[in-house]
Amino acid sequence: MDFNDTAEENNFRLEVREWLEKNAPKDKKIGGYDSIDVEESALERAREWQAKKADAGYAAITWPKEYGGLGASSIHSVIYSQEEAKYNVPSGIYDIGLGMCIPTMMAWATKEQNERYVEPALYGKEIWCQLFSEPSAGSDVAGVRTKAEKDGDDWLINGQKVWTSGAHFCDFGIIVVRTDPKAPKHKGLSFFFLDMKSPGIDIKPIRQISGGSNFNEVFFTDVKVSDNQRLGEVGEGWKVALTTLMNERLAIGVPKSADYSSLTQLAKNVILNNKPAIKNDLVRSKIADWYVQSEGLKYTKMRSLTSLSKGETPGPESSIGKIVSAPKMQDLASFAMDLQGAAGILNDPDIALMHSIFQNQWMSAAGYRIAGGTDEILRNIVAERVLGLPQDIRVDKTVPFNELPSGR
Amino acid sequence: MNFDFSEDQKLLKEQVARYLSDNCPIEVVRGVLEGDDYYSSSVWKGLVDLGLTGATIPEEYGGLGLGPLELCVIAGELGRVSAPVPFSSSVYMATESLKLFGTDQQKEKWLPKLASGEIIATFALSESAIEPNPNNIKCSFSSGKLNGIKMPVPDGSYADLCITVVNDQKGGADKIKMAIVPLDGVGVNKKSLKTLDQTRDHAELIFDNVDAELMNNSDDGWNDVQHIFDIAAILMAFEQIGGAEASLSMAKEYALNRFAFGRQIGSYQAIKHKLADMYIKIELAKSNSYFGAMMLNDDGADLKIAAAASRVAATDAFNYASQENIQTHGGIGFTWEADTQFYYRRSQVLGLALGSIASWKDKLVTQLEEKNIS
Repeated sequence: MDFNDTAEENNFRLEVREWLEKNAPKDKKIGGYDSIDVEESALERAREWQAKKADAGYAAITWPKEYGGLGASSIHSVIYSQEEAKYNVPSGIYDIGLGMCIPTMMAWATKEQNERYVEPALYGKEIWCQLFSEPSAGSDVAGVRTKAEKDGDDWLINGQKVWTSGAHFCDFGIIVVRTDPKAPKHKGLSFFFLDMKSPGIDIKPIRQISGGSNFNEVFFTDVKVSDNQRLGEVGEGWKVALTTLMNERLAIGVPKSADYSSLTQLAKNVILNNKPAIKNDLVRSKIADWYVQSEGLKYTKMRSLTSLSKGETPGPESSIGKIVSAPKMQDLASFAMDLQGAAGILNDPDIALMHSIFQNQWMSAAGYRIAGGTDEILRNIVAERVLGLPQDIRVDKTVPFNELPSGR
Repeated sequence: MNFDFSEDQKLLKEQVARYLSDNCPIEVVRGVLEGDDYYSSSVWKGLVDLGLTGATIPEEYGGLGLGPLELCVIAGELGRVSAPVPFSSSVYMATESLKLFGTDQQKEKWLPKLASGEIIATFALSESAIEPNPNNIKCSFSSGKLNGIKMPVPDGSYADLCITVVNDQKGGADKIKMAIVPLDGVGVNKKSLKTLDQTRDHAELIFDNVDAELMNNSDDGWNDVQHIFDIAAILMAFEQIGGAEASLSMAKEYALNRFAFGRQIGSYQAIKHKLADMYIKIELAKSNSYFGAMMLNDDGADLKIAAAASRVAATDAFNYASQENIQTHGGIGFTWEADTQFYYRRSQVLGLALGSIASWKDKLVTQLEEKNIS
């Protein structure tokens, strides 16, 4: 048992290190985009870095060579990410496009379309977004109501999408829409890709409870899309969407957050019952619990990487990550605020302890428990796909979509 | 990246699993619970015949000379069937103590007998419901004689040999020692205790001027005791994970076959989420314990913290899985006829054997503080 690279992996790591040392920018943190206000200059830096990576083959390590990838395995992709993380390079902007949209295109679009779209995406010249969620289709994403109606050889899209990351600076998007409201839910869907600059698309930022804006609402009014931008057959959009959603689990994770070590640091510096909080048994017990969870996830990842390294598919254990980490983010932050007493309410980084990392984390964690699969949906997935328990009864499976009760 | 057991270790796991599924079905465990035997001597003999009691005993002493990773996979399978045998006492604790702290003479005398199954040994620290510490160990050793009480001693009613934690009466920092005490001598009084799990015997041992022999402890005998507990914590974690996995599998089986309100109870989210939580706790325990196994194998610097993390995670997983297995079964799970009880009982034997979880959590954070300082 060890965490060491194989000889081949080590060679690749050294190769990557050498390339990064030569090519990665060494100036201060450029960062990804954690706000809606991505300036043109930040996008430009991201494009430059993406193009460099694409030239070297590192932009999509696992893609086949004909699409500009390296044709290497997932473990190589992990090794590259580990090494790249040591540098302050732009990140995040291409994750959804290259992680979800383009793999869907590669699976369903024509050869000519892929020749047109894959390379510019890989080189960062064109950015893609994903348009699935709607105000009334969240966990039940197949319940979308945005409709596409035939208009000669084209389709007209009307409706609203929501929680779309990066929509305002994206060039293209993939979208799942309802083309037959009389068919049962899953059977009336079709799937398209479209130009985000098309007339009739209106993009508005969502303001989250944290005050930040990482997502958009996208409104469609008679947006014209050519039939040859349809992926999959009419009425079989759900099948295409599953390709995207399968890749979502790979593309969406939980960000690095304040963990047991930050809590330990805080506990050494605040007083509880006349002694440092770190001396308090309840505090120690909580730190131990979160240590065990964090380390458990860390070593679960090592187990998955071991499978990848052997060329095997990781076991189902990799599905527990967000179920454990998202509530931990929230609970740990809440506990850390409690240790600050009445001052725990402060959210001004200039005066709050530890620059209000816990307060900020507490706010954003409420969203991470929902994004990319709620705690509850993820437990259903573990129960059904890992343990083999039956699906819940679906009352909407055979009923025409337009006859389903819709609530508010 | 090779954070997994080797093919050979997986083969050993299969071999042990096959032996136990053939020879230690749940009826055997029930037989011990309901009968007069302290343990299943036939299952024990089979394990001895496979060489498993001597798995990590060096070949020069008649063992197989394997490493701790092999012991981890064996432990997992024993836990899975809730085996009514003294493996944790005799192997994880007594044998490991002898290997680490026995004098050459003591090793030559006892290790071959442990490997061949001629004797069963145990380890005794606890003296009462008060948590043991270096200043409250009353069992005393002086001039080759042992006096005092140990309880509850696992498998103490029938073990042949006991590694006993003693106070040498000299009062120095090194006053805590381990002593080897044959339990067939004059002055040893054994009393079987009624416990929550009669498939694993526990006894009170009263020593009245009993012949004993000190082991070759370091200057800090208490630290030596802690080291044995760290080793046992990791091995027991694998046993707990095996039991937790068996509990989850029973619960799942029942949830698939029990119908209520016109459908399988496993189709209700209340049950699905409960079972998903069992799975999550088990995986977290497994990952922590894999790291524990790696530290054990490498004698790594993080052994102490890894042992505490394995202990905390695996105890939580087994306690939760075994109790929620009964809950998933409903009323039938609370009957004497149901097999749910064996895991429920065993979860406490394993969970309490090495002291309270509150203490282990405290140890964990102490390690964390020390790591941060250095």
